[in-house]
Amino acid sequence: MTTLRAWLSDPNPASRRQARLGQAWLAWQRIRRNRLAMAGLVIVGLLLLVAAFAPLIAPHDPLTQDLSRRLLPPGTPGNLLGTDDFGRDILSRIIFGARITLYIIALVAVTAPVLGLLIGTVAGYFGGWVDATLMRLTDLFLAFPRLILALALVAVLGPGIENAVLAIALTAWPPYARVARAETLTVRSSDYIAAIRLQGASSPRIIAGHVVPMCLPSVIIRVTLDMAGVILIAAGLGFLGLGVLPPTPEWGLMISSGRKFLFEQWWVATMPGLAIFIVSLGFNLLGDGLRDVLDPRSASR
Amino acid sequence: MALIEIDDLTVTFRSKGREVRAVEGVSLSVEPRESYGLVGESGSGKSTILRAICGMAPVTGGSIRIGGKPVPVPRGRAFSTEVQMVFQDPYASLHPRHTIDRTLSEPLAIHGVPGRDARVVQALTDVGLPPAFRFRYPHQLSGGQRQRVAIARALMLRPKILLLDEPTSALDASVQAEVLNLLNRLREEQGLTFLMVSHDLAVIDHMCDRIMVLQHGRTVEEMTRDDLASARMTTAYARSLFDASADRMLDASTEPTP
Repeated sequence: MTTLRAWLSDPNPASRRQARLGQAWLAWQRIRRNRLAMAGLVIVGLLLLVAAFAPLIAPHDPLTQDLSRRLLPPGTPGNLLGTDDFGRDILSRIIFGARITLYIIALVAVTAPVLGLLIGTVAGYFGGWVDATLMRLTDLFLAFPRLILALALVAVLGPGIENAVLAIALTAWPPYARVARAETLTVRSSDYIAAIRLQGASSPRIIAGHVVPMCLPSVIIRVTLDMAGVILIAAGLGFLGLGVLPPTPEWGLMISSGRKFLFEQWWVATMPGLAIFIVSLGFNLLGDGLRDVLDPRSASR
Repeated sequence: MALIEIDDLTVTFRSKGREVRAVEGVSLSVEPRESYGLVGESGSGKSTILRAICGMAPVTGGSIRIGGKPVPVPRGRAFSTEVQMVFQDPYASLHPRHTIDRTLSEPLAIHGVPGRDARVVQALTDVGLPPAFRFRYPHQLSGGQRQRVAIARALMLRPKILLLDEPTSALDASVQAEVLNLLNRLREEQGLTFLMVSHDLAVIDHMCDRIMVLQHGRTVEEMTRDDLASARMTTAYARSLFDASADRMLDASTEPTP
């Protein structure tokens, strides 16, 4: 253990891999000192575990209906968080719903930031009419209320989880483009970009290899903080019946179905609501912690 | 034949309808293996001349020839293997998220040069850095060490001409001398031609064979190192610059040169 630690914190790494792992180790050390970030990391980690082992953890099948056991309150033996209007176990549905939430998050996280980074860095690096065109396009997307635009897209494409993800991704990229462009503008006139240009590097090479690494931390932070919003929009689409279709156990959909008896059987809507709340909080805490760790201004010390 | 020939160069920056002439009608020529110094206060256009050579400033008049041929627009890859630049601030000229190894091997990767590992290690030893520094990040190095890395990077493609933009003004005095001696040694070993900018006559005196004094973007006076050493300047402006740094130049000349 101590030899591994010495290897990781060696000031003179002997290989590319050791240098990279050493930097990751330092970042881990910094995030470990931040208690709130660790709390966020634990919540997100638990979400991952629950989603991975859902069939093993869940006490019941999330889709099996039992109309003789409908709307049971929390604490009923066998149904820890109660049952919904079709007699399905709410805890099991929340556990399986974690998979869908994670699926949506993962798909949005690999599409929207990549698109935003590409548009933002290209606009910022080239400037001039390229910048003007791409940024007006971004403004156009930013001018729409996000949920309404997603609604319109789903209405055109038809409901379903993939279309919901596509709609969210298409409405989520403009802020990343803005962040990436702002970072690019501060980087592009720096001496190290002038130096690499003088070495004969092509524009795609400079953008991908030299500009993007400088924008990545701010975008990653932004993505983590936005994840809560993505979960909420996915839940909102589900709530409106335009996202995931029933009987899939999606958290937003579960809240929507519990709305009808919110006052008498409060737990049907409250339990999935709590799940959304906890996961959103986890991502927000993690994002705040990552800001401290990844921010180039604090990391360059 | 002169290696660098600049003829009647004019650089004009335009911004929101205003025009600023940073360089006006400057002509100079530098022989192969010569070290040529540009001196002047800040705003005298000396750095702009270097940037104009690299295509980083808008040339609005005159011509720049390298090895007898006009420089291409845009500069292109062939130009990279002839002319390289060392920037003033070693804290801003190295990519903060790339290891020294990446910084030094990137030019080789761009030009498809084989045997990168050996050349990176060789470059580090050439500038007097231990090969153990290879996988460090710039923030793990001191200012002088960073500037050595920047010099190594400029020499990776084995250029003939090195443009030096106040390479030591961001360093403290003792490190400054080390870096200047390193540059002199590399010029000797690799047969380099220097075009160097400084506001400090003591540095220029230590480094350069010939000197041009600039003020407000115009040539004031051109002189040789001997002229400078015996204070034979003809203009009042050059004399005032000389007086400002004369005491330190005497210090430098009494020190035994290693």
